Amino acid sequence: MTSNEVENLEIQLLLDAIFLRYGYDFRNYARASIRRRILQFMKDQRIAWVSEMIPRLMHDESFFEEMLRGFSITVTEMFRDPSLFLALRENILPLLKSYPYIKIWHAGCSTGEEAYSLAVLMAEEGLGDRATFFATDFNDTALEKARQGIYSLDNARQYTLNYQLAGGRHSFSDYYYARYEALAMKSRLKEKITFANHNLVMDQVFTETHLILCRNVLIYFNKELQERVIRLFYESLTHGGFLCLGMKESLLFSSYQDKFKEIDSKNKIFQKLSG
Amino acid sequence: METQKQAVIAIGGSAGSLEVLVRLFSYLPRNFLFPVIVVCHLHPQDNGGLVDFFSRRFPHHIKEAKDKEQVQSGMIYFPPANYHLLVEQEKSFALSVDPKVNYSRPSIDVFFESASEVWTRDLTGIILTGASCDGARGICSIKDRGGLTIAQDPGTADSYLMPKAAIDTGKVDKILSVEDIGLFLKSMA
Repeated sequence: MTSNEVENLEIQLLLDAIFLRYGYDFRNYARASIRRRILQFMKDQRIAWVSEMIPRLMHDESFFEEMLRGFSITVTEMFRDPSLFLALRENILPLLKSYPYIKIWHAGCSTGEEAYSLAVLMAEEGLGDRATFFATDFNDTALEKARQGIYSLDNARQYTLNYQLAGGRHSFSDYYYARYEALAMKSRLKEKITFANHNLVMDQVFTETHLILCRNVLIYFNKELQERVIRLFYESLTHGGFLCLGMKESLLFSSYQDKFKEIDSKNKIFQKLSG
Repeated sequence: METQKQAVIAIGGSAGSLEVLVRLFSYLPRNFLFPVIVVCHLHPQDNGGLVDFFSRRFPHHIKEAKDKEQVQSGMIYFPPANYHLLVEQEKSFALSVDPKVNYSRPSIDVFFESASEVWTRDLTGIILTGASCDGARGICSIKDRGGLTIAQDPGTADSYLMPKAAIDTGKVDKILSVEDIGLFLKSMA
């Protein structure tokens, strides 16, 4: 075996060990990215071999929790890809307005920036009162941060610019308090969102959902897991419901490709077809 | 037994390397038989601009790398702006939005390291002009796995920092002018 092959075997054993011991299933994550995160974690922890981590994570839960945080770092921002939020505002939310009640699911919300962005959009487009909005992630640390809704003030200028590009109708500063170095989302926005733990790898459908956002999550999964998650979304959506993926994601390799219509190829918005 | 060599060329440069890339591509025959993957630092909002820029000037097949797409010979690929590019063992592309590395996304180090794990000694890594040290770790990774490493001669670079950082690792096989890198590419084809 080459040293590369040995390392790949160690990674496979490590992911098996994590699944059997803690129930978190990373076995069908895109291997290149998870491998990079494992090696980065080892570098930070000064660990030489991947397999060294197996006995440690077996007997030390806090070590595993630290590892889990390293595995799920996600980078996001308010109104990331403003053109998508503009398209939602102009083309999708007006269609949802015809329903007496709407349900929205943001899957893989991480620390919540995009969930708050969507909540702002819904408030401005008059959908805030009849929408139920779930934002989910498997990472409890990220969810806690999302619930608090407190972010670094350093990003306020970028967020304000994104908000404007997304067709913002007011001033972005109407939605947060600036305190010390922090930007704290106002509670009237926070109470519109239910943050909950949900793991796309093993948990079940959300029924009768009208709009699902899941952006830059599928790129971290292999084809089999992508297929599972796309089926989950298909089954969760109402007929005619909408799915928004990341700007560089697609249904290209999925058997569900024909069950959706791509209605905005630039912003990757898909609509579930009936039947 | 020596299996047939499957060459793969990985090139890293900063936004200032566009002009160098134009000169390099002009050496590349139309029907070259290996994949070329170019990681070039660019503005996060760039939307396929690089692919358009080069497609207008060259007859080659030039495209943006897609997630899960199989890497093919005879193609020139660029990663999308604001995503890291990686490669899976089965030689398909993988994208990530992990944090920036060396203030860059895409980062040359991220791609070179990932590519070197997959293509090992079949990979050639080339570092062009640039004002950062991105790519130096990637060059080490390629060299350590038996690949070939090349840096643009810093004396011929608009910005010498990036090739110099690579050379300072002691892991660069050849320091070449742009013309000589071009001739090298031509000889590979």
